[in-house]
Amino acid sequence: MAILTIIIVDGFVFAAVLFLLSVGLTLIFGVLRILNVSHGGIYALGAYMGTYLALKVLDAGLNPYLTYLMLFLGALIVGLVAGPLIERLFLRRVYGRAEAIQLLLTFSILLILDDLIKLIWGTTPMLVSTPSTLLGQVSIAGIPYTWYHILLIAVSAVFGGSLVWLVRGTRFGKLVVAVITDREVSVAMGINVNRIYTVAFTLGAFCAALGGAAIAPTIAVAPGFALEVVVQSFAVIAIGGMGSLEGAALGALLVGLARALAIHLVPELELVVIYMLMLVVLMFKPEGLYGEAELRRI
Amino acid sequence: MSETMPILQTVDLTKSFGMVKAASAINIQISQGELVGIVGANGSGKTTFLNLITGYLKPDRGRTLIMGQESTGLPPRLVTMLGVARSFQIPQLYTGLSVLENVLLALAAGAKRGTEYWKPLYRDPWVEESLDLLQQFGLKPYAYRPVAELPEGGRKLLDVVLSFALKPRLLLMDEPTSGVSIEDKFEVMDTLVGVLQQSDITTIFVEHDMEVVQRYSRRVLVFDNGEVIADGKPESVLTNPEVRKAILGRE
Amino acid sequence: MEQRWSLASVAAVTVAALLFVAAPLFVPGWILFLLTLALAKFMAVLAVALFLRCGLVSFGHALFYAIGAYTVGFAHKWFGVREAMLLAPLGLCLGAGAAALIGLIMARYRGVFFAMLNLAVSMILYAILLKLYWVTGGTDGLGVSTPTLLGFVPPRGSFRMLYYYFTLVMAGAVIYLVYRFLASPLGYFLKALGDNEIRIEYSGQSVRRVIYVTYVLSGALGGLAGVLVAFTVGHIVPEYAFWLQSGEFVFIALLGGYASVPGPLLGAIAFEFIRTYASKYAPYAWQMTLGIIMLLIILFQPGGLWAMYEAVAARFGRRAGGVERV
Repeated sequence: MAILTIIIVDGFVFAAVLFLLSVGLTLIFGVLRILNVSHGGIYALGAYMGTYLALKVLDAGLNPYLTYLMLFLGALIVGLVAGPLIERLFLRRVYGRAEAIQLLLTFSILLILDDLIKLIWGTTPMLVSTPSTLLGQVSIAGIPYTWYHILLIAVSAVFGGSLVWLVRGTRFGKLVVAVITDREVSVAMGINVNRIYTVAFTLGAFCAALGGAAIAPTIAVAPGFALEVVVQSFAVIAIGGMGSLEGAALGALLVGLARALAIHLVPELELVVIYMLMLVVLMFKPEGLYGEAELRRI
Repeated sequence: MSETMPILQTVDLTKSFGMVKAASAINIQISQGELVGIVGANGSGKTTFLNLITGYLKPDRGRTLIMGQESTGLPPRLVTMLGVARSFQIPQLYTGLSVLENVLLALAAGAKRGTEYWKPLYRDPWVEESLDLLQQFGLKPYAYRPVAELPEGGRKLLDVVLSFALKPRLLLMDEPTSGVSIEDKFEVMDTLVGVLQQSDITTIFVEHDMEVVQRYSRRVLVFDNGEVIADGKPESVLTNPEVRKAILGRE
Repeated sequence: MEQRWSLASVAAVTVAALLFVAAPLFVPGWILFLLTLALAKFMAVLAVALFLRCGLVSFGHALFYAIGAYTVGFAHKWFGVREAMLLAPLGLCLGAGAAALIGLIMARYRGVFFAMLNLAVSMILYAILLKLYWVTGGTDGLGVSTPTLLGFVPPRGSFRMLYYYFTLVMAGAVIYLVYRFLASPLGYFLKALGDNEIRIEYSGQSVRRVIYVTYVLSGALGGLAGVLVAFTVGHIVPEYAFWLQSGEFVFIALLGGYASVPGPLLGAIAFEFIRTYASKYAPYAWQMTLGIIMLLIILFQPGGLWAMYEAVAARFGRRAGGVERV
């Protein structure tokens, strides 16, 4: 019974991390119809920037609770800088070109970002553990977790909820939905589609950066981080349905629980369980669990 | 195949998209050798009908029989192999290839048993036949040019050539003259019908322009709201006031 | 367009062929090594390029590459087999076999899903290669001793050259076969696929079949590439199946120009040289170098190096008066 609890808690913690990682990716795909491979790079940038600022604050001897603010600030900076930069400077030039080319463009940006991180922060891993240890530990079913882990779950839930509200409940969200549904008509109606794209991409980038910053205190950020997570985020949104926020949540939950199950029951499968799940889901429902099938073209 | 078996028969063919009834219990029979025009207002279900009988859409209810064989639910590829070919409202062409290559591929697909995949696409019998086809439809000058260089009327003709090259028993054309300028419409139809009449292909064409239908078809089906509301000779059907109201009244 | 060979093209091909054949005579050992590597990898790049022609990106061809490489490793480790003439076709067949299996699923997908699904499969292999370290050597990988050619162990001084020629002959065969494929109906259907699947289906040809056959062919090419690289490098690691390896193939296809057969070869050679110099002068910016080059190609010269060559050759050909290749 205890093991079940552990698996569930672990599963939820993984799910929270995966959700924060993937929600930005699915958002960008939903609006721009582009799979942003550079997503992993922005995520890593957020992790590094957040960690860096938090460490600076600690070095300066300031109130350790400020590290949380620094993590958020780091994510904000990365999102607001990387987002518009990538979208306007690069992505915009390949709208309307073949899907494969757009994919490869974002892939090249990922490669650049991964090395950029090395150039700025070097290759030594960085860790700011204060935010995660500051809140103290909590014992669940005999296993020590930190309150930070629990906070992560809460943050991802709140974050997901806010995004859903943003898309469903606000005027901005309605504009976004209009653009997704029919770009040409939106232009004809006077909606500034270009601006929506930039804002949507920046929002997605901010989500990625925030995800990275949020998880940074629980791991040591090291080079290559970007590349590791990219594939996981693909799998999550493919399972959940690309472009769907609920899908990202469901996908994250499924993958998180599957991973927890694997780690505790069949450790050899830990790495592959995410890909196997992806294969199985896509074989039976190619558009993903919340995805939509294609429309008639003739 | 007996003389009396219809080449195309639909029984109770029905399809809805949510609240919209795109096809409503359509029951028709087309005999071999007929030249049938289909008219109706926008959204009356004409293209849906073609999509249903060629397998691009699956009906909610009803059956389709092609030359007596059950073809309900078969995908377009298998329907084509039963002897049906189709041209589209928006020409479906291989835009990255040359005009000749488009036709060559149609022949390659249609050859089936004789395709011999290890030989090149550019093989003499096929090249000859392709150029011949293009000649019949007046497109030979464009043979080696990219598809993008074809004028709009040429694109529609090529679309028909690609279906004609399959040597079908039943040819379906979706608005063969739409997008073609008024001056050229009759020229295009003259070419088309001229070639078609030399073979014994059964032809069904969807058309907006009533003059074209009047002039070229020998039987007219009128669609309205997914139903066939009239079926007969063009002179009688198209002069019927109810029919005219249905086709024009909504536009 | 029509594949008529102009005088200039025939001349160019002859010169290139002669250069390749005569290379060991005037080129230093390290360059010969790079050329061998390039000729081998070029096959895997060709496999990826075939799909890029119809708009499909594969981030999973490292799967077949790793299969080929580990075939060599296991053949030696478990059976003591080192014969090149045996292992090359074996790797090719195993690659094709894997593709025949996976292709059944892959042929149903396009776009992003095609890219991600074969990525997933290759990553599963990667994870297996990593985890089952008592079989595969894990992160240490497997050492591959010098293969024998027709039973003979190549003499020390000349085995670089012999491998070069072995690889060259294989590459020549591959080039011929792929040209035949691309000139055949299936090859054109492959290109047409990227334009209009609907028309293909309405012609009575199965799109899925076209993709499947191409996939199996690409698996064979990837497997063969893996075998040949294993021979040349002498050491294989699980990273051969990592998605970045697939990314490398895609990069090279883009760099050289995926619309032609020589393009990937040009790209592979260029890539090996770029890598050698980059590791010397900018070791920490290798990925960034790749990324920037890819960016520049996508934005400014999507046809890659081959397109640049063709532009130059066309101008030359016009002056020489040959019939222009359309």
